[in-house]
Amino acid sequence: MRTMAVVKRIFQQMLRDKRTLGLMFVAPLLILTLFHFLFTENTAENPKLGVAHVDSVIIKQLKKQEIDIIEYREAGDVKKRIVDDKLDAFMQMNDNDIHLTFENADPSKAKALQVKIQQTIAKEAAKQQAAAMQKALQTIQQKLPIPIKIEQPQPPTVHTSYVYGNKDTSFFDTLSPILVGYFVFFFVFLIAGIALLRERTTGTLERLLATPVRRHEIVFGYLLGYGTFAVIQTLIVVFFAVKVLDITLVGSLWHVILINLLLALVALSLGILLSAFAHSEFQMMQFIPVVIIPQIFFSGILPVDEMAGWLQAIAKVMPMYYGGDALKNVMYKGMGLSDIRTDLLALFGFVVIFVTLNIFALKKYRKL
Amino acid sequence: MSTIVAKQVSKSFGKKEVLSNIDLTVNKGEIYGLIGPSGSGKTTLVKILVGMDSDFSGEVSVLNRAMPNMAALSDIGYMAQSDALYPELTGEENLQFFASLYQLKKGERKERIMYAADLVQLTPHLSKKVMAYSGGMKRRLSLAIALIHNPEILVLDEPTIGIDPELRLSIWEELFRLKNEGKTIVVTTHVMDEAEKCDRLAMVREGKIITSGSPAQLKQQYEASDLEDVFVKAGGKRG
Repeated sequence: MRTMAVVKRIFQQMLRDKRTLGLMFVAPLLILTLFHFLFTENTAENPKLGVAHVDSVIIKQLKKQEIDIIEYREAGDVKKRIVDDKLDAFMQMNDNDIHLTFENADPSKAKALQVKIQQTIAKEAAKQQAAAMQKALQTIQQKLPIPIKIEQPQPPTVHTSYVYGNKDTSFFDTLSPILVGYFVFFFVFLIAGIALLRERTTGTLERLLATPVRRHEIVFGYLLGYGTFAVIQTLIVVFFAVKVLDITLVGSLWHVILINLLLALVALSLGILLSAFAHSEFQMMQFIPVVIIPQIFFSGILPVDEMAGWLQAIAKVMPMYYGGDALKNVMYKGMGLSDIRTDLLALFGFVVIFVTLNIFALKKYRKL
Repeated sequence: MSTIVAKQVSKSFGKKEVLSNIDLTVNKGEIYGLIGPSGSGKTTLVKILVGMDSDFSGEVSVLNRAMPNMAALSDIGYMAQSDALYPELTGEENLQFFASLYQLKKGERKERIMYAADLVQLTPHLSKKVMAYSGGMKRRLSLAIALIHNPEILVLDEPTIGIDPELRLSIWEELFRLKNEGKTIVVTTHVMDEAEKCDRLAMVREGKIITSGSPAQLKQQYEASDLEDVFVKAGGKRG
């Protein structure tokens, strides 16, 4: 069978090319490991808060919130203090007014600190209010002829539970399923695209079509040949992510592999299709910012359902939108095949469309 | 009996006409030469003859089948002007690959690989990667690939470029032997002494056949001492 001849040749070529194999099998692991540590290991230094004329009770409470307090006698030039003493914020009290100044070099850090401080102040104020209330009640009770038993209000205890994940779930847990799929997509696209491009530029593709090989046999040979390497890559990446990096995998491993395989086939057929529009490896690389990078925005890393309508419409034509959604649903939410059926069908649809276009694109070389 | 017939073949790239009204007939068992400078349209014509290019006007038939035709592809051995080989694979693996595209049986495949490699004197280099081949070795491997499926017709585009004179001679000897077996051979070249070896030839310039016939006939017709002279005289008459 001619398709198998193409597959065999691709195997021989790939196994000779150690560097490309390395790129396919090792590079995703490196990046994934790096991402893992970036999101899970942080030295969480306590924020530094300068205070002047602040109630000692509040200071005590703030310290409990893991905020480092530096006390000053006078506020002085607050902004200069923050910069000179490398503070994250400064707090001063005048009678009942509190004035907060934030360094705000990192707005998300400043916001978090602001929330913490405000919560502490509010809590302290509520406590004082409750104490004052109780005192007033006691005074009233003492003055009453028959004392009335008054129920002490107890603050409610908050119990937390989660539909997906748990209290230790980090951003990386929701990000990693998407990353796994994205790596498979990216590397397969690049390698398959450049491989077929080289066949075009070296004239071997034209030479192939001078033999009685059929166009679809070449396309299927490519899908099967590089598809096999994509499967191996998927297995390595998924096992590494789950077993070594201990990424959350609630659903079935086989479903993850199925999704990634479909993603790889999309990338494969898209890569060889786009190689028809490139005249050199350099031009093939130019498709990365145009075709590959935008995929990541719509892969679910940013919430697609909060996007503007026209952006959501773009998302619907991005294969990674379906891949990311399916992977997140299986790996993080533990959903089954029936829940991700639409995503799988969409991915399969992309494969069918790209493969058909590929068979037509080869007509450029031979009409039959 | 004619194996390749072209009638009024024309082709243009955009506005530029690269082939105009080419008529030619190649008979079974002859070596037919297409002689002309580079850029004259030889390669374009050859690609149309082997069915790789179907974007032309006129008619081409190979073994009585209108081209392009899938079945006819199995009867043609084609050697492209540029070596279209897989450099990561060994010479043998390249031959294996093309042999399996022609769906040769395992035993036949082995036999043909041995025969073709021996013919182009590559047998000792079969296990080397093509990457390590010299320019001449790559040409020889391309020729071996063209022969791999024992085709009725051989179409060779500049087969002897970069091959040393001794090997060139032995390749021509083999072409004569194949011809005596009844194979039809079309060769393009721009070397006039190779043109002498063809049974018949067509001189191509700027997409037109300026003259055709056997070498002796042509020399007599143009009262020329050699084919180079014929080319100048035939070209001059029209231009």
